[in-house]
Amino acid sequence: MKSKLVNKPLEARKASPLLVSLSAVFLGIVAGALLIALIGKNPVTGFDRIIFGALSNVRRVGNTLGMATQLILIGLSVAFAFKTGLFNIGASGQMLMGGITGSILAYYIPLSMPRPLYLLIIIIASALVGALWGFISGFLKAKFNVHEVVSTIMLNWTAYWLVYDWIQRFIVDPTIVVKSKPIETVHTLRADWLTELTGFSTLNYGFFIAIIACVVIWFILEKTTLGFRLKAVGSNRFCAEYAGIKVNRSIMISMAVAGALAGLAGLTYYCGYSNIMEMGKMPNEGFDGIAVALLGNCSPVGVFFSAVFFGILKMGRGSLAATGIPTEIADTIIATIIYFTATNVILANFWNGRFRKSFEKMEEAVGLALKSQGRESVNISDLSKEERKELQKLGKPMLKEQKQKEKNIGKEAK
Amino acid sequence: MSHVIEMIGIRKEFPGIVANDDITLQVEEGEIHAILGENGAGKSTLMSILFGLYRPDRGIIKVRGKEVHITSPNDAFDLGIGMVHQHFQLVHNFTVAENIILGKEGGFVYDIKSASKKIKEISDRYGLSVDPEMVIEEITVGMQQRVEILKMLYRDADILIFDEPTAVLTPQEIDELMQIMRNLAAEGKSIILITHKLDEIKAVAERCTIIRRGKLIDVVDVKSTSAEDMAALMVGRPVSFKVEKSEAMPKDVVLEIRNLNVMNNKKVLGVKDFSLSVRRGEIVGIAGVDGNGQSELVEAISGLRKVESGNIIFNGKDITNASILERNEMGLGHIPEDRQKRGLILSLPLSTNFVVKEFFKEPYSRHGILNNEAIEEYGEKIIDKFDVRSGEGIHSYAGKLSGGNQQKAIIGREIEADPELLIAVQPTRGLDVGAIEFIHKELVKERDNNKAVLLVSFELDEIFNLSDRIAVMNAGRLIDIVYTKDTDEHAVGLMMAGIKKEERSEE
Repeated sequence: MKSKLVNKPLEARKASPLLVSLSAVFLGIVAGALLIALIGKNPVTGFDRIIFGALSNVRRVGNTLGMATQLILIGLSVAFAFKTGLFNIGASGQMLMGGITGSILAYYIPLSMPRPLYLLIIIIASALVGALWGFISGFLKAKFNVHEVVSTIMLNWTAYWLVYDWIQRFIVDPTIVVKSKPIETVHTLRADWLTELTGFSTLNYGFFIAIIACVVIWFILEKTTLGFRLKAVGSNRFCAEYAGIKVNRSIMISMAVAGALAGLAGLTYYCGYSNIMEMGKMPNEGFDGIAVALLGNCSPVGVFFSAVFFGILKMGRGSLAATGIPTEIADTIIATIIYFTATNVILANFWNGRFRKSFEKMEEAVGLALKSQGRESVNISDLSKEERKELQKLGKPMLKEQKQKEKNIGKEAK
Repeated sequence: MSHVIEMIGIRKEFPGIVANDDITLQVEEGEIHAILGENGAGKSTLMSILFGLYRPDRGIIKVRGKEVHITSPNDAFDLGIGMVHQHFQLVHNFTVAENIILGKEGGFVYDIKSASKKIKEISDRYGLSVDPEMVIEEITVGMQQRVEILKMLYRDADILIFDEPTAVLTPQEIDELMQIMRNLAAEGKSIILITHKLDEIKAVAERCTIIRRGKLIDVVDVKSTSAEDMAALMVGRPVSFKVEKSEAMPKDVVLEIRNLNVMNNKKVLGVKDFSLSVRRGEIVGIAGVDGNGQSELVEAISGLRKVESGNIIFNGKDITNASILERNEMGLGHIPEDRQKRGLILSLPLSTNFVVKEFFKEPYSRHGILNNEAIEEYGEKIIDKFDVRSGEGIHSYAGKLSGGNQQKAIIGREIEADPELLIAVQPTRGLDVGAIEFIHKELVKERDNNKAVLLVSFELDEIFNLSDRIAVMNAGRLIDIVYTKDTDEHAVGLMMAGIKKEERSEE
């Protein structure tokens, strides 16, 4: 790819989304530390415990990744919808629908079916049902202009009660009537080699599904005409419409893809991470996914890492209790990070201000250095990076001297 | 002679730009003083400082010789400074009198009768001919503007700022406004007229302060300075007003509109029984005051709005119900009215914006996979050819470009797609003289390349400069189609007000 930058003027650096996200994480951790200190405990022990609980051995790492699996898929679902201008707040419902589909199939498909075929069927089926659930919201928006936030929340509860009924009706555990019958391990996404490798953790094939989904979504968004359409509609539907892109169709496709991802999350959660479905439980992951997407700046790579990070906090919180630090601290850190990511403009402004200041200082120093060499007419933009650095080094003491002089003059004036 | 307003050494900086750099403005009592400058030259900033909307970084303001600190529009009112904004600030279902006393009701029970009387008096004194009992939504735009003027006079303002006052008026209404301004000045009011239209300055102003890129360029005596000289001072180089173009050689019909009816946003007919044809090799201009159905007409042609009845025929095919995509593919190019809403995706790079209508075709993509190399190459081509300037070339976000460059980007995209018919709506709105010249030349080039061009503009100058034929629209109807060479601004102006030639001859 030959991309040439056309006479880009020299200017101060801009804060990247990564820096902003990392700042939010940092501030969240600081806030958590403050809270731990406030209740009279040692913050270092607190974070030590979280890390211990999440990462101290292969089993724990496995569990953290097992937990992160759902978060990656839900985060992707929300991020994909975001990128295409939609707010998918219905990931929980789509997840339930994907989960119940997988669970029912796991219950009824005979164990004799070859496992690869079986896995393929449940993966496709739960993705399709999740897609259908998302599509309904997209359809309502496209045809009747029902805002997706309203319809997805509504569909969350529809899914909730459908699942409530279907567990009883199709897959109930006769001994404990509020749960589904546990799925045989060979019918879950668990794999013996993974389980053994990670000391019997919850890690399962779902993690690979999540990674593949990240790659696929990245590819769709960046490399395909479909992604082009969806992003155009998401960024400015009026311009997209004018350009001849079918806006309504894009909205429906986008919601269906988001739903499919959440449906897969349901499969990995109920038929991998766990092997039962409980009646009357709305999965929290649907909402955590919003935080994951925000922190990950809605990019597939960002979503992956932020999901793993949240996975660490979620798995590590269990070990906090032993130290007398309430486990809610971990949730508070997550919440604080969400606040800071949501106010990312403030963080970006902070960094941009810092960059500008240091840039101005560099300009001044280089200017002074050039002056001392009698090259005042040289434009800073025309210098090479190395030259600039050298001149800056040269000019720094001069700048200090000048500042000192100004200060002295100011003192004398007083 | 005493200066009623003096702004001395005003400087105002915004992040990354010096909007006013040491500008001095002196207005004498009872004069009409024009401030001339291109868009973005700093006229509005200067007036906003005078009106208390911004605080200057440096400089002093004197009103009637006394130094003042104006920190809010209320301070400005108290000093007798009033502003007639470009966009009127009126309550539509209130009467004229109610609008005028709004904020000045005084007491719990207000006396609308004596207020009306006072309004009538002021109106008669300055020849405004406004009826205080009328409801705003029932009166013309020109009269609404006079209500705005009355509002200032009712508050005893004797320094009046007019911000681009003629943008929404027909030529006849402009003449009336000019007369009103003269009356006001004769009665001792001081007037500051902000504009980029030279003929208006020529018509009423005595002196003119010219600003370019935030700096004071000159203060000239209007009578002894030619319009060309003022324009050159404004732009910084000689400019030609007339677009060089040869006689049109129209050929076969490309677009034919037959008895078209289109609803507007209020669900009433915005375009009524409209028929028009545009031929290859000609520019047809649609003249009319903003809001007379032009937008609805264009949206109907481009497929953005449903047609109630009638037909649109494009190159012999009926496209009345064709999709937007089909129309684009048939060769319909469209420079939309609102470049930021429809024309560009501001949050995406230029390279993406350039292929927003073409991305699904080879070589920009194959089997659904984008070919970034081809997309970027195409972007570079448009940037070079149409001189689109931006910080990072094709990688710049469209929203980071100046208005002129955004428009050049859109025009580049539409022309490069080689359309059969190019619809250009307000193609030069808000642009500086240099960009206007460029865009006009490009449109004429399209015509000379044997394409059909349909131009919609609210600027009569632009219509006359470019069009080979002029179709005048009023209240959604076609009033008449005339050859540009057979008509003049006065005649078109009357038609814009809805008066047809035959009706006039009957008078």
